Amino acid sequence: MPDMTTTHVANGAEPMIRLQGLTKVFPGQARPAVDSLDMDIAAGEIVILVGPSGCGKTTTMRLINRLIEPTSGRIILEGEDVTSVNPDKLRRRIGYVIQQVGLFPHQTISDNIATVPKMLGWDRKRIRSRVDELLAMVGLDPSTYRDRYPKHLSGGQRQRAGVARALSADPPVMLMDEPFGAIDPITRDRLQNEFLRLQETIRKTIVFVTHDIDEAIKMGDRIAILREGSQIAQYDTPAHILSAPADDFVADFVGSGASLKRLNLSRVRDVELVQWPTAGVSSSRSEVMAALRASDKGAVLVLDEARRPARWLAGQDLAREDLPLGELGHPAEAIVQPHVSLGDALNEMLKSRVGCAIVVDESGAYLGTVDFATVSGEIQALRRDARERSRAQLEVMHPAGIGDA
Amino acid sequence: MTLVDYLADQGDRLFGLTIEHAMIVLISVALSTIIGVTIGVLTYATATPRRISLAITGVFLTIPSFALFGLLVPILGLGTRSAVVALVMYGLLPIVRNTVTGLRIVDPAIIESGQGMGMGSFRLLFRIKLPLAWPVIITGIRVAAVITVGIAAIAAVINGPGLGKDIFRALARFGTPTSVPQTLSAILGIIIIAVLIDLAFVFIARLTTSRGIRA
Ligand SMILES: Nc1ncnc2c1ncn2[C@@H]1O[C@H](COP(=O)(O)OP(=O)(O)O)[C@@H](O)[C@H]1O
Ligand SMILES: [Mg+2]
Repeated sequence: MPDMTTTHVANGAEPMIRLQGLTKVFPGQARPAVDSLDMDIAAGEIVILVGPSGCGKTTTMRLINRLIEPTSGRIILEGEDVTSVNPDKLRRRIGYVIQQVGLFPHQTISDNIATVPKMLGWDRKRIRSRVDELLAMVGLDPSTYRDRYPKHLSGGQRQRAGVARALSADPPVMLMDEPFGAIDPITRDRLQNEFLRLQETIRKTIVFVTHDIDEAIKMGDRIAILREGSQIAQYDTPAHILSAPADDFVADFVGSGASLKRLNLSRVRDVELVQWPTAGVSSSRSEVMAALRASDKGAVLVLDEARRPARWLAGQDLAREDLPLGELGHPAEAIVQPHVSLGDALNEMLKSRVGCAIVVDESGAYLGTVDFATVSGEIQALRRDARERSRAQLEVMHPAGIGDA
Repeated sequence: MTLVDYLADQGDRLFGLTIEHAMIVLISVALSTIIGVTIGVLTYATATPRRISLAITGVFLTIPSFALFGLLVPILGLGTRSAVVALVMYGLLPIVRNTVTGLRIVDPAIIESGQGMGMGSFRLLFRIKLPLAWPVIITGIRVAAVITVGIAAIAAVINGPGLGKDIFRALARFGTPTSVPQTLSAILGIIIIAVLIDLAFVFIARLTTSRGIRA
């Protein structure tokens, strides 16, 4: 059965975080900012809290690490009720990253990162090697950045340092409240990608707040769409939220272009690559011609000695005798790696004269291409999927046979 | 008699008075700092206590110094003790005010991230808030010191130590040949103390402020 009934509470393994009837009423306010929230967060997942401004996302985060004390309800971490344990000790087990980062400006980056290890009484040597390890992990060269002060770092670098600081004592859980919200779009995209790659190795349980549905879809293993009072409108995987929004609120929030957004969930490595004829730079003209004739494509991709895409050659280019192969035709552009999303590959494709994105492995060697046909095929598959899914749900609600003429 | 002759003749005595004067200023400012920063730390976070502490230390500064000395003598007697207490009271306002301001302008995001990492309120105060407020606090201490150098001269009326003694002696012998150079030399000493203290504070502020927040 599809997970119709399990939208709020995952079954199976014990969750890393369980919120039970979590409620916060701020003094002097009639409506609770967080209203009886029940939620399970599975170990090793990135769970996104997304919703309109003021719906209670930040309050929910602060309830989890008890920067705000709940009016009622319980917080269970790794099976242990932490609703009334010492909050300072609790927080040393939970990494916390906020939009403004909040690095201590009077301390060096290394002292900032060492904050929690120092409180936990680690010895100097261990702290020093941990700091260097973390700096390298978030892409800041330790020997360059260790002794700098926050004011010497760019916004993106500060956010990296903030992430390193939150990870310092290797907490099982990280709370990240709009961590990339104040960063320019290009840097944000890079930080998101780096963070996803980092998460593949650290496998933390992460609660991540954003108000940007695109960021939610990109970053989340699971997304909780919240309405006012931190009420869960839908708690599901990004693919399911896009293909089967639970109600109008979710559909509105996800917005138009849901199938285009779903493209960001499929990766280049998930689709079958299209092969073009190839030739080495040192091939003879007749070899290239033969390769071209043997295929139904109108161009040959010339690869360099390391099999990296160099140039596109069409038949008429070969007529020019005055230039070597490596200088004929036009340069190979729109090159992507297999981990890139189809959405990004589509973007690249639009820049290419041949109308396809070239896929290469880590060393830059040619693997194949993705073209428009691949992408539109994928969109159709996703649509079909969504249709079948909603049909399956209808059948759950109205089993065939009952009331059918 | 010229000022230069007077200085040549009375140099040793004047030097002693100047040291005395500087000492009473430094002792008073040290006490003002301890008391003022404590009051600031205890009251900055909540509105009513904060207003009360600023109002009271503000009133101290408006009491004319002669009147304050007059009030203190019946309780503490003539001499250094009354003088120090009065000077401490005058030094409080700039220090309390700057401590309160300095602590209140610390970026809330910095405090939130500190709390979020499990720093207790004590650690947060001494490791984060006070170091960040320090440049503002030390400016307050510097202002207090400069105010105190001037007012300390008047403490001579209640038998306080320092260069004020010479000013009052000269005033009592007004019209005699040495009264003007005596007054001028005392003023010169006070100016020198004020300038040196000011310079010392610039130096100390630099030395005690983290490179990360230095202007
Ligand atoms: N410290 C506070 N005191 C009073 N009200 C608060 C406080 N923090 C948040 N709120 C209120 O709670 C609601 C939810 O706020 P918040 O959790 O910050 O929303 P979000 O992060 O989703 O934008 C808002 O109506 C806000 O005004
Ligand atoms: Mg918020």
